[in-house]
Amino acid sequence: MSDAGTRSYTVRLELVDEPGELLGALEPIADSGGNLLSIFHERGNVTPRGRIPVEVDLEATEAQFETIVDALRSSGVNVIRAGTERYSEELTVVLVGHLVETDLSDSLQRFRECGGVSVADLSLSAPAGTEAPSSARLRLVASEGRSSKALSAVREVAAEKGLRVVEPLTEGSA
Amino acid sequence: MNVAVLGAGAVGTSVVELAGEYGHDVVAVADSSSAAVDDDGLDAAAILEAKRSGGAVGDAAPEAAFDAAYDVLVEATPTTLGDAEPGFSHVRRALEADRHVVLANKGPVAERYEDVRALEADSAGTVLFEAAVGGAIPVLSTIADLNGQVTAARGVLNGTANFVLSRMAAEGLGYEHVLAEAKDLGVAEADPSFDVEGTDAALKCVILANVLYQETYTLEDAEVEGIADLPGSALELAAEDGRTIRLVGEVSDGRVRVGPRLVPENGTLAVSGTLNIVQLETTHAGRLNISGRGAGGPETASAVLADIGRLPPAGRN
Repeated sequence: MSDAGTRSYTVRLELVDEPGELLGALEPIADSGGNLLSIFHERGNVTPRGRIPVEVDLEATEAQFETIVDALRSSGVNVIRAGTERYSEELTVVLVGHLVETDLSDSLQRFRECGGVSVADLSLSAPAGTEAPSSARLRLVASEGRSSKALSAVREVAAEKGLRVVEPLTEGSA
Repeated sequence: MNVAVLGAGAVGTSVVELAGEYGHDVVAVADSSSAAVDDDGLDAAAILEAKRSGGAVGDAAPEAAFDAAYDVLVEATPTTLGDAEPGFSHVRRALEADRHVVLANKGPVAERYEDVRALEADSAGTVLFEAAVGGAIPVLSTIADLNGQVTAARGVLNGTANFVLSRMAAEGLGYEHVLAEAKDLGVAEADPSFDVEGTDAALKCVILANVLYQETYTLEDAEVEGIADLPGSALELAAEDGRTIRLVGEVSDGRVRVGPRLVPENGTLAVSGTLNIVQLETTHAGRLNISGRGAGGPETASAVLADIGRLPPAGRN
């Protein structure tokens, strides 16, 4: 960490492949006083939804960084991962049911959409093929105070799709 | 004290068998079809023998038990939901006659807690129900001793469900296979739905909530999910991550929830077999863990007899 509480962050974005998109995405960084260190534009690597992942390294104070991420999100840029240090909370759940038939990738996308939440790890086990219920272990990471929101999103999607949720115990218990 | 026992199942007969060791006399025993009454004290061995050989407990009508010279009524009839009958009426009759009541039956204190407390307030008798939560484990007396310090409770409160989950995890066997095994071993009843659907654990949590919050909760206020048909793959995925799954009941922040939960594989809550465990969160004493046998005739009877020992001197005139 350098002076005045500045530290470096890595932000992973998903951009629509259109002219001006990248520039638009970088503006909030400069506007908020962040220092751009590097940009890795993975043009050859398209996400399942046809977007282009971009990894941006920058230096900023914590307050500046918050502003940057908020500005990116409000301008419609999809922020996939905003510096690992932002994800201070972790949540593991096991989902049981017809996971594949109920569109697993849609489920995952909806968990991410609740903001400040990312799917860090997924293990799927479907020993009996698609006939019997399958199980998935899901590790979600969330920024501070967001894990209960993430759990609510999981419950909501599961209720809608008829999935069972094996939740972790409430915080502080073991 | 003179004890009248209603219900001659595993718990009721164990109370009859062990009461003498605790210095009590059993003056009446009744099941749903008959009763044995003797104000000078019944012969426990003869009652147990009659019950074992499939006969009636006695030659009097079940009603006759209430006419005995009892100080405390032990309510050990099967737990029923909703109006909690006939257990609730038994409790009422005893309290209206100013006698003490000790419950092993969860129904009246889970479904009609307010009614039971109202009857108790108008009676010289006292109601205790340690045996209704966690069998042999002294949960409610610990909570009472802590004098309002307990802020939350959670635990594994159903031995059948815990047996199924721990066997599935340890042996990699399927749900149906382990459940069949549990039935063979007498760990699960022929109709295990009460246990595997989470109802039994939920009733115990509702009772805990009633005691902790001094309010009236019923089964309807609990969010309940069971473990029936949980695939083995769920337990395998949990194990890969150093965790396992237990049917856990939680009472905190005014909520009652029961469901399968991920717990650390070697953590405190991951008791194995038919064991139960209760964790109490306290204001000044941190966390307390108490584990032990949550079911069984002599085990549960020991909690009933401990309650009898806690009662104030006889309410009977």
